[in-house]
Amino acid sequence: MRYAMAMDTSLCVGCADCVVACQTENNVPEGYCRDWIVENVDGTYPLLDLEIRSERCNHCEDTPCVRTCPTGASHVIEGGIVKVTHEECIGCGACIESCPYDARYFHPDGYVDKCTFCDHRVAAGDTTACVSVCPTHALTFGDLHDSESEISKLLATRKYKVLAEEAGTKPQLYFLT
Amino acid sequence: MKERLFTSGRNMLDIDPVLHAWHWEIPAYLFLGGLAAGLVFFSSFYYLRGKEDKMPIAVKVAPFVAPIAIIIGLIFLLLDLKHKLYFWQLYTTIRLDSPMSWGAWTLGIVMPLSIIWPLLYLDDLKKYFWNKNIIIYEIIDWLEGLINDFDFTKSLLGWLKENQKVIAWANIILSVILGVYTGILLSAFNARPLWNTAILGPLFLTSGISTAAATIMWMTNDHYERIRFSRIDLWLIAVELFLITHMFMGLTAGTQASAEAASLFMGGPYTAVFWIGVVAMGLLLPATLEIMELIGFKIPIAIPAFLILVGGALFRFVMVDAGQLSRYFFQ
Repeated sequence: MRYAMAMDTSLCVGCADCVVACQTENNVPEGYCRDWIVENVDGTYPLLDLEIRSERCNHCEDTPCVRTCPTGASHVIEGGIVKVTHEECIGCGACIESCPYDARYFHPDGYVDKCTFCDHRVAAGDTTACVSVCPTHALTFGDLHDSESEISKLLATRKYKVLAEEAGTKPQLYFLT
Repeated sequence: MKERLFTSGRNMLDIDPVLHAWHWEIPAYLFLGGLAAGLVFFSSFYYLRGKEDKMPIAVKVAPFVAPIAIIIGLIFLLLDLKHKLYFWQLYTTIRLDSPMSWGAWTLGIVMPLSIIWPLLYLDDLKKYFWNKNIIIYEIIDWLEGLINDFDFTKSLLGWLKENQKVIAWANIILSVILGVYTGILLSAFNARPLWNTAILGPLFLTSGISTAAATIMWMTNDHYERIRFSRIDLWLIAVELFLITHMFMGLTAGTQASAEAASLFMGGPYTAVFWIGVVAMGLLLPATLEIMELIGFKIPIAIPAFLILVGGALFRFVMVDAGQLSRYFFQ
């Protein structure tokens, strides 16, 4: 199994419903978020290009955060989901420094927190909170090893990019363009 | 040309808009760790060369600074942790992939060893502090009395003295690991292009040993030892300048991300503090003063020593701070 997410930049309207859904589902403290919206405007007026993205942990194949964690609190579970065991985390910040996507943050309780691909929902056969609420169906979550999954089909037919590929982490968040 | 007109993102205070997970604690520790590593290295090196009497301060006196520096450094490291009560989790596993893990283990071994060394030279420490600082003298005297009160501690110290060569060899290896570790700790983060260069290990090691040499030449009254360490320090400064040049050559010739990291020091916000504060005031000026001293001018040794120590500390603050600004830019 290899879980991944596809994000259709042409469908996203930046409503931030995914952000709120995640905060509610995962009890993310106020002032923090595990996923977020980025808006870019490129070009020279009047030839402008707008791209809106919903970003989160890339659940990389090659995980610098897990490599640099001194206690083993950061780890990879079934399906390639990167998680943090709160009781093993000492809050040293090594994983935060090692993430090219700044996807991790210090929870006010001290440990490091991040997107879990809603593994508690996925284990129950459901999809992630952000995907389930997206009003334009811009987000797709699924198993890349299953060639019949919706995400496999999307990646087979659509053009896509990943962020900061040159950082060498093999990110698993695909942005359909 | 495609031009970025507007970007909006999230706003989490610790991370956005630029990462700032590490504050003053980490560079302060890196400085103290490097200083301790250098002091431990010199003491063991000259002890093994049989220069105990020619280099009295380096071998017998200065190493007492090392455990103090390490303990203060460890306190700083603990302060930096956000989940402090769980710090012991560091010592439940060994993860060779993580520099912070083997660094923590190295510190765990170096710290007791660095305490043992000055205990072997309590008499010399007393002599050194006799007319310098009566409070420290009394503390050492009390400690010596305490050790002599019990047969067990007395015989343990005797046994350690007999095996001092083994301790010295362990010290040399561990101090180099500790010195390199202060740099490798940063190199391991490929997400921060400024740090992600293998040269940081040798660079931080050289800088740490240089601050230790400055400390020893500041402490010593012995002319031969002072001249000796002045010369060593000059060599170390030369190596440091060589490594810094290579670091920037590597960064500017690298990918866009590393070139942008180098530009933080070449026109960017850290240009003045790095080239004036670290390179000119912390390396070139003390080197000039030391050369003048060696030629025969009378220069109070405290000035170059102080400049080197401040320069070494500033170097670490700048590198840790700037490194967190450097990142991958994605569109």
